[in-house]
Amino acid sequence: MQTKRTIFPNMWLPYGLLAPQLAITLVFFIWPALQAVKSSFEREDPFGFKTTFIWFANYSKLLADPMYLNALWRTLIFAVLVTVIAMGVSLVLAVAVNRLLRSGRVYTTLLVWPYAVAPVVAGILWWFMFNPSIGILSYVLGQMGVTWNHRVNADQAMILIVLAASWKQISYNFLFFVAGLQSVPASLSEAAAIDGAGPFKRFWTIVVPLLSPTTFFLLIVNINYAMFDTFGVVDATTSGGPAQSTNILVYKVYADGFLGLNIGSSAAQSVLLMLIVIVLTVVQFRFVERRVQY
Amino acid sequence: MVRHSFAAGLAALTVALSSSIALAQTEVTWWHAMGGELGTKLEEIAAGFNASQSDYVVTPVFKGSYAETLTAAIAAFRANEQPAIVQVFEVGTGTMMAAKGAVYPVYQLMADNNQPWDPAGFLAPVTGYYSDTDGNILSMPFNSSTPIMYYNKDVFEAAGLDREVAPKTWAEVEEFSKKIVESGAASCGFTSGWVSWIQTENLSAIHDLPYGTLQNGFGGLATEFTFNGETQARHWDNLAKWSKEGLFRYGGPAGGADAPPLFYTGDCAIYMNSSASRAGVIANAAGFEVGFAPLPYYDDVIAEPKNSIIGGATLWVLNGKSAEEYAGAAAFFTYLSQPQVQADWHQFTGYLPITNAAFELGQSQGYYEANPGSDIAIEQITRGTPSDNSKGIRFGNLTQARDVIDQEFEAVLAGSKTGQEGVDAAVARGNEILREFEAANQ
Repeated sequence: MQTKRTIFPNMWLPYGLLAPQLAITLVFFIWPALQAVKSSFEREDPFGFKTTFIWFANYSKLLADPMYLNALWRTLIFAVLVTVIAMGVSLVLAVAVNRLLRSGRVYTTLLVWPYAVAPVVAGILWWFMFNPSIGILSYVLGQMGVTWNHRVNADQAMILIVLAASWKQISYNFLFFVAGLQSVPASLSEAAAIDGAGPFKRFWTIVVPLLSPTTFFLLIVNINYAMFDTFGVVDATTSGGPAQSTNILVYKVYADGFLGLNIGSSAAQSVLLMLIVIVLTVVQFRFVERRVQY
Repeated sequence: MVRHSFAAGLAALTVALSSSIALAQTEVTWWHAMGGELGTKLEEIAAGFNASQSDYVVTPVFKGSYAETLTAAIAAFRANEQPAIVQVFEVGTGTMMAAKGAVYPVYQLMADNNQPWDPAGFLAPVTGYYSDTDGNILSMPFNSSTPIMYYNKDVFEAAGLDREVAPKTWAEVEEFSKKIVESGAASCGFTSGWVSWIQTENLSAIHDLPYGTLQNGFGGLATEFTFNGETQARHWDNLAKWSKEGLFRYGGPAGGADAPPLFYTGDCAIYMNSSASRAGVIANAAGFEVGFAPLPYYDDVIAEPKNSIIGGATLWVLNGKSAEEYAGAAAFFTYLSQPQVQADWHQFTGYLPITNAAFELGQSQGYYEANPGSDIAIEQITRGTPSDNSKGIRFGNLTQARDVIDQEFEAVLAGSKTGQEGVDAAVARGNEILREFEAANQ
C-alpha cells in the first residue's frame, strides 16, 4: 500500500510552503499565549509603569478564591447545557429539513441566518426580549404568572445566557448536520426498510453511526465555543450578574483584566482556561474518538 | 495639453495650501463618556470653543461608559496612542492619582501655558475631591453631580398624596410607596440607579458614617473599607424587604440601566439618581410633572443630615503629547471655566455648577426661580459643615470595589444573605482589592 508514496527531492520546498501558516500561528497564537504565561507571574499597575515578578501568587490566590471555584462550576454547567441544547436542537432541525425535498433550501437559508449575527448583537436581542422592565417576553411571562427578573433571579439569568448562547450556535451545527445527513447513502436506509426496520431503528442504527464524525467534530467545536466565544453574549445580556451567578470563566478573564485592570490575575485565569480546554480536547480525542467510525 | 497640466498643478497647489492651513490648527483629542442628551451638549461646547479661536480644534470622541472610557484610555496609553484629554469618572480618581507618570496635573498645565487659574473660584466640595495633599488641583472639574430624588407628581396625586410634598425620611419613602402601590397609582414605589454610589456611599456620607479608614481614603493607600456598619446593613435589609413587598424595584448593577425606564414609563413613582439625570428626565417624562427633592435619610440615625458627596467626572490630561496640544488643552480649559459656558452646561444637564461664578450667574439670570428644584443638588451638597465622613471618598480600584458591592447587594436582594452578611462580605472582598492596589502602587 505504501508503494504509491511520492518523494520530493527538494528539502526546502515543504518548509517554504508551510512558512506563512507557521508565521501566522507564531505571531497570532503562540506569542500572545507566551505573553499571557509571562503576565500571569507578574503584578503590574494599570498603566504599566512597574512590573513585579511574583511567582505563583496570582495562581495561588485564584485557587484559594471561592468565587473562582464557583465560576469554574458554573462554566461547566453552562458549557454542558449549551453543547447539549445547541447540538440537540440543530440535529432535530437538520433531520426535519433533510426530509424535505422541495423547500429544504429555503429552510436551510433561514436557519443559517442567526449565525451571521455578532455575539454581542445576539446578546442584546435576548436582553431586550427578556428585559424585566421593557421586554416583550418578560411581559408575556408576567401575564402567564411567571415573574421574570434575571436581574435578581440567578437561575433565570443562567437560563437567559444558555438560551442566547445556544441560539447563536444552532445555525452552525445545523449546517454540519445537514451536510452529514446528506452524505448518508439512501440505499442503506432503503435496504433496512425492506428488511423491516422502522424509522427510529433506521435512524439509530444507520444514521447515527454514520454521523458520528460530524457529531464528534461539533462536540469539540461547541465546547470550545461555550468556553471561549460566549463572552460577548454574557456581556450584553447579564454582565455576569446577578451576584456573579453568570460569571463564566471567559467573562471573568475579560472583566478582571479589561474592566478591573488586574492584568496579572486575568492572565493567570486565561492560562488556566487554556489548560482546561487542552485537557478536555485531549480527553475527547483519546476516549470519545474511539467510538467514532470514519 | 500644457494648459491642462497647468490647471491641474494649480488645483494641486490649492489643495496643498488649504490642507496646510488645516494643519496649522492643532488637533486636541478629547475622549469622553457622555451619551444621549449629554453627548450632544458636550459636542456643542467643543464646537463653541473651536469657533471662538482658530489655533486649535478640540475633537470629542465618545468612548462608551465611564468604565470603558477609562479602560480605553489606559490601554491607549500603554500603546502610546493616548488622547490629550480624557474624561474620568470620580471612581477612577484614585487610579489616576496613583499613575503619576501618566498624568499632566492641571494646575501645572495651566501655569506652564500662562492660562489664568484660580482654584478658589471653583466649588469647594468639588475641588477637594480632585486635589493632592498640598491642595493642588490635578484634574479639570467638568461634570460633577450628586444624587437627588425625582418623583412623579401626578402619581402622588392619584395616590391621594400631596403632589408638592416629597418624602423626607426613609420611613416616609416606605409609607408613601405603600400608599402608591396599594392605591394602584403606580406598580412600584421607588427605584434607584447606582446602588453602590447612592445607597451605600452617599448613604454613609449623609448619615455621617465612615466609609473607610484614613479619612475615607484621602489619607493614603493603607486604607480599609468600613461601610459594614449597622445603618448600611439595615438599609440593605430594608431595600431587600421593600423589593419583596413590591415597593422597591432594582434597576440593575453599576448605573442601573433599568431604573430610568421604570420612572419614565410611570411604573415607579420615585426615582433616585444623579442630578445629571435631569436632562434625560425632562426629555423623557413627557406625560407627567416631575418633582425634585433631596435624598431621604433615617431620622433616628441623624437629626440633621450631612451633605451628599459628588459623582460625575473630571478631565485628565495625559502625558506624552506635543507642547502645542497642551497649549490647546489649556486654552480649552480656560474656555470651559467661563461662567457662561459652565452655567449653560449646568442648567441644561443638571450637573453642578463647577465655579462659584457660574452659580451666581444662574442666580442673577433668575434660572433657579424659573426652574424650581434645579438647585436641590447644590443645596444638598453644600449643606452643613462637611465632616471627614462626608468630604468624599477616594480609593484605588474603586470600580472593582463597586462591582463587589453590586454583587453582594444582589445576594441580599435574592435573600441568600442578610444585610449585615452582605456588607461584611463586600468590605472583606473590597479590602482585598485595596491591598492589591496598594501592592501595585507602592
